[in-house]
Amino acid sequence: MTLFFIVTLNGLTLAALYFLAATGFSLIFGLMRTVNMAHGALLLLGGYVGFSVVEATGSWGLGVIAGGLAAALAGALVQFGILGWMQGDELRQTLASIAISIIMADLMLWHWGGITYQVTLPELLSGGQRLPLLGVGYASIRLALMAFALVIGVALWFLIQKTRFGAVIRAGVDDQAMLRALGFPIKRIFISVFALGGMLAGMAGVVAASALSIAPGTDLQFLLSSLVVVIVGGMGSVGGAALGALLVGLAEQYGLAYAPTYGAVFTFAIMVLVLAVRPQGLLGRAEK
Amino acid sequence: MKNAPLLAVLLALPLFLNDFWLTQVATRALILGITALSLSFLATYLGVVSFAQAMMAGIAGYTIAYFGPNTVAIGWELPFWLSIPLALVLATLAGALTGLVARRSRGIYAIMITLAIGVAFFYLTRQNYSLFNGWTGFSGVRAPQVFGLNLRAPVPLYLMTLAVAVAALVLVAGFVRSPLGLTIQALRDAPGRVRALGIPALGPIVAAFAFSGFIAGAGGILNVWYNERISSFSVGLGPIIDILIICVIGGLRHPAGAFIGAIAFVLLETFAVDLIDRDRFNTLIGLVLLAIVMLAPNGLQGMAAALVARLRPRAATPKTSI
Repeated sequence: MTLFFIVTLNGLTLAALYFLAATGFSLIFGLMRTVNMAHGALLLLGGYVGFSVVEATGSWGLGVIAGGLAAALAGALVQFGILGWMQGDELRQTLASIAISIIMADLMLWHWGGITYQVTLPELLSGGQRLPLLGVGYASIRLALMAFALVIGVALWFLIQKTRFGAVIRAGVDDQAMLRALGFPIKRIFISVFALGGMLAGMAGVVAASALSIAPGTDLQFLLSSLVVVIVGGMGSVGGAALGALLVGLAEQYGLAYAPTYGAVFTFAIMVLVLAVRPQGLLGRAEK
Repeated sequence: MKNAPLLAVLLALPLFLNDFWLTQVATRALILGITALSLSFLATYLGVVSFAQAMMAGIAGYTIAYFGPNTVAIGWELPFWLSIPLALVLATLAGALTGLVARRSRGIYAIMITLAIGVAFFYLTRQNYSLFNGWTGFSGVRAPQVFGLNLRAPVPLYLMTLAVAVAALVLVAGFVRSPLGLTIQALRDAPGRVRALGIPALGPIVAAFAFSGFIAGAGGILNVWYNERISSFSVGLGPIIDILIICVIGGLRHPAGAFIGAIAFVLLETFAVDLIDRDRFNTLIGLVLLAIVMLAPNGLQGMAAALVARLRPRAATPKTSI
């Protein structure tokens, strides 16, 4: 039974990370129809920058913010400098973002090398917690990570449902042409949403580097998980990303614990199943 | 046969090239071209960009390794005249299954789903030891000896690869002119109308993916003989992206683009060392890809076609593109 609880908690940890990574991806896709293949690279960049800042300043919070900002800036630059010029041509954007991710991954390998990094944890988060009821001990950072994902999820929901900026984003998802016709600066909105998505990815990168570790290849792992999460949960919806992340994270950990050599198949099976029953994803809306 | 002179030159290549050029450049480009052809076939005629071609090629390669001579003591040995058809059948099946999963998806959705399939297969090969031997994979895979002729020797390997490449191109050309091939192109151009005519879409889509799996499988078999080993790295994101890069550089709108792109890719890979640090090859290829995507979306083949059309404005018939 202890194993089951631990595996469930591991699954929730992973789900929290996947949620953080996938919401940005899903948001960008929902608004702009851009499949940002460089999303994993943005996440890894955030992680590396966060690590370097934590090493330099010793402050974990500063590292998370710096990682988020670095990835936000990189995301805004990518949209402003490259993807924005081919808006509407989705295949070209996808290919261009693949090129960007290849270049970014290679330059990061150059600068940070091929070693695995783990961010030094602050005192408060470094130990473990004995959980009441379940009777198992669990790392504080991972519990904090779940709380962090919850907070981000709620904040994002508030931003999208309750603020003016969120209303503009939702309008853009529903009818981009009308939003443009009403005179909204769509280019600027796109760049800010890209920055927002990048920031979420960058923060996820720092958190991933704290709770687990990061290395070259982490970008691919999170790009894939983001893809599967939004395919399962539905594109462009925060709730969908949360549900998808939960399913994928838990399936991956149960798979790893109970059928170690076929773990990857579980994730994949969920995706195929969802595609067969609901091609638009569990919480996604059907394309017109 | 307007391509006869080109074919004659290609057949005569072993007379001019040394082993390095013949094997490392010409043969390798042809093998990559065959696998890339399976993608540009799908992209050109079904309008779907698939990231699962490396998976299909990998399944054929793993089948050859598992059922052939290898040095890791996994699998059992079958004669090559059994293992080759088996590999092709499995690759075709993998293609059909991919088509079945991605049947309702177009455009970017198809990209995401096939990418997820491709990468999931990569993780499976890395985790699983009973069938795929995990990280290490299979080594010591040998091409068969036929009538005392070693098919891995430079000239036989080149000629065999050339034959397969020509056969694949002829097959593609024949396939797209068949009723099934026409249905596939109709599905690309006007899926709604095809359904309105009462033609079921599932069969043709699955068939197109299966056919591309067959071609990718042929490339995969040659590739495992060429490399004499296969591991999870042969089906990872690197090869997945390489196949795509080859098609994009060559041009995604024409089957020949696959081979043009493969030659450009191999030349770049072989001689990039002279230009930049070998470790930064990925940056170079990423920049090339970015430049092609931004400046010449139809690739080298598209550039050449546009150039020809400009030089002979009257003689050339305008090519209808999608």
